[in-house]
Amino acid sequence: MGISVRGVTKRFGEFVALDDVSLDIPSGALTALLGPSGGGKSTLLRIIAGLESPDSGVVEIAGTDATTLPPQRRNVGFVFQHYAAFKHMTVFKNVAFGLEIRKRPKDEVRKKVKELLELVHIEKFADRLPSELSGGQRQRMALARALAVEPEVLLLDEPFGALDAQVRKELRAWLRRLHDEVHVTTVFVTHDQEEAMEVADTIAIISAGRLEQVGTPDDLYDHPANDFVMTFLGPVTTLSGDLVRPHDLELRAVPDAETTEATVVRVMRLGFEVRVELVCAGQDLWAQTTRENADRLDLQAGRTVHVARTTSATGAPDPQPQGAGTQTAR
Amino acid sequence: MTQVEAAPIAYRPTRPPGRSVRRSPSGFGLGVGFVTIYLSLIVLIPLGAVVARSNSQGLSGLWHQITQPDALSSLRLTVAVSALVSVVNAFMGTLIAWTLVRDRFPGQRVIDALIDLPFALPTIVAGLVLLALYGPTSAIHLRLAYTRPAVVIALLFVTLPFVVRSVQPVLMELDQEMEEAAKSLGAGSFTTFRRVVLPNLIPAILAGTALSFARAISEFGSTVLISGNIPNKTEVAAVHIYSQIQSDNVSGAAALSTLLLLIALVVLAAFTFIQRWAIRRG
Repeated sequence: MGISVRGVTKRFGEFVALDDVSLDIPSGALTALLGPSGGGKSTLLRIIAGLESPDSGVVEIAGTDATTLPPQRRNVGFVFQHYAAFKHMTVFKNVAFGLEIRKRPKDEVRKKVKELLELVHIEKFADRLPSELSGGQRQRMALARALAVEPEVLLLDEPFGALDAQVRKELRAWLRRLHDEVHVTTVFVTHDQEEAMEVADTIAIISAGRLEQVGTPDDLYDHPANDFVMTFLGPVTTLSGDLVRPHDLELRAVPDAETTEATVVRVMRLGFEVRVELVCAGQDLWAQTTRENADRLDLQAGRTVHVARTTSATGAPDPQPQGAGTQTAR
Repeated sequence: MTQVEAAPIAYRPTRPPGRSVRRSPSGFGLGVGFVTIYLSLIVLIPLGAVVARSNSQGLSGLWHQITQPDALSSLRLTVAVSALVSVVNAFMGTLIAWTLVRDRFPGQRVIDALIDLPFALPTIVAGLVLLALYGPTSAIHLRLAYTRPAVVIALLFVTLPFVVRSVQPVLMELDQEMEEAAKSLGAGSFTTFRRVVLPNLIPAILAGTALSFARAISEFGSTVLISGNIPNKTEVAAVHIYSQIQSDNVSGAAALSTLLLLIALVVLAAFTFIQRWAIRRG
C-alpha cells in the first residue's frame, strides 16, 4: 500500500481545513488532489509530508504509521509551488543536499547528482545559482532534489502553479513521462482540472475540507458523484432544472416528446466548436455543437430550436445522504 | 476557456544571470559628482584635517604620541573590549532577532520597541543609568563601576541594536519553505539551521557586527561616567583623546584619533571583504 489517510481532521483556529478525510493512495500511481483554492488539498499534502500535524486521524506511509514522525524521518520528497530552492547553493549543491545529509561517499553523491540533473535536463547548469535559472528550470531542479533521496512517495504542491501557461503544459507532459520512468508513488495538488485529467491516473476531489469523490479521470467525468464534481470537472449548463454538459445537448429542427423549445440568442463560432446561447422558458443555457450542425440548422439569433439531451448524457445523481467510510481509489 | 489559458498566469519574472546590474550611463556623472562633494564636505575634509594635524610634528612625532603608555593602553583596552562586545553581539543579536521574528510571546512588541532604546537615548544618560545600577550606591549591590567589566557592559548596552536590526528584516524575508524542504530531505533542526538558515543570515550578521565594532571603538558618552577613566586601567581611547585635549596636547589627541580612524577603516574593509567572500562561497 502506498499512502493511507484515515479520519484526518485539521483546524486552523475556527477554520476547518480538513473534516474527517479518509483516502487510500495506491503504491506506484500518480494521483491528483484536485479542488478549489482553500479547499484543504494542500493541507492534506502537508500532513502526509509531516509539515503539518493533524488534529485527529492517522497517516500511514508504506504500511508504517507515520502520524507522529517528523518530516525528516518520513522519507518523502516534497516539491513546493515556489520551488523553495536553497538560494545560497549551486544547483549541484541543492540536489546533493539530501545525500550529503545522509553522509553518502563523495563519489556516489557526484554520480547520483549528475544522473538526476541529466534526468531533468539541467546538467549544463550544475554550477549556477538558482537565481540564474528560469522558473521551469528551478522547478525541475527542485524535483531532482526531491528524487535524490529516493523517497517512498513524491509529493508536489501546485508544482506548476507559478509557471506561465506554455512552460506549464510542457512540464505536465514531462512529469507524466518521468513518472512512467521512475514509478515512485506520486501525489500532486492542483486546482486546474485540465492538468489533473491530463496527468493523473487517479483524481481525488477535495472541497471545503471534504473528500467529494475519488476515481479515474474518465470515471469522474462520466459518473460525477454530485453536482459539485460535475461543475468542477467541466463546463455545465442547466436544462429544465438539471445540470448537463453543453456538448450533451442536441439541437433539432423538429420537436418531439423529449425536446424542449428554446430561442437562439447568440451564435459564436470558435473554430471547430460552435457555441450557441439560448433562452428556454425564461432561463439562459448554452450548447456546444459542430459547424456542420450549425449550418444545417441555419442557427442565428431569434430562431426557434428544440433542445434534447443526448442518450449518453452525463448527469449527477440526485443528492442523497453521504455514506461514511473510506473511499478507495481504483 | 482556451483564451484564458493562453494568458501567462502568475508569471514571475526571474532575475537575469549575474548579480550586478549596470545602470545607464546618463545621470551617472551627476550622481557620483554630487555624492563625492557631499562626502568630501561632511566626512573626508574633517578626517583629512585630523590626519594633517596629527602629522604636524612629522612621522616621528606621530609615533612618539601614539606610543605613550597611556595612549597605547587605552587603545588596547578599546580594541579588545570592542572585539569582545562585537562577538557577543553577533551571537546574542542573532538570537534576539530570531526570537522576535519566529516566536510569539506576550509583550513581544514592547521588547521589539525596547531594542531601539540605546539608539534613542543620549549615551551620557545610558552612562548615568548604569552608574546608578552598578555604582557605589548600587541598588542591587553589584559594584562594577570603575572596572573593566563596567566598560564591557556599557558598550554592550549601546551596541545592542546593530546586529538585531540588521538580521531581523532578513529573517522576516527568509523563505520558510526552504527550511521545510531541508527537513523533508532528512535534515534535523540543527542541520537545517546551520546549512540553510545561517548562510542566508551571515551577510547581515557580519554587517551588524562591523557596525557595532565601529560604534564600540568610538564610544565616549556611556563609558565616561561608569569607567572612572583610570589611565592604564579603564580609560578608553575616546576618553583619552578628550583628556589629551583638556591637558592641551592637541597633537597627541589628533595622533590617537588618526590611529582609531585607521583601525575603523581596516576593520570595516575586512568585514566587507569577508562578507563578499561568504556570499560568493555560499
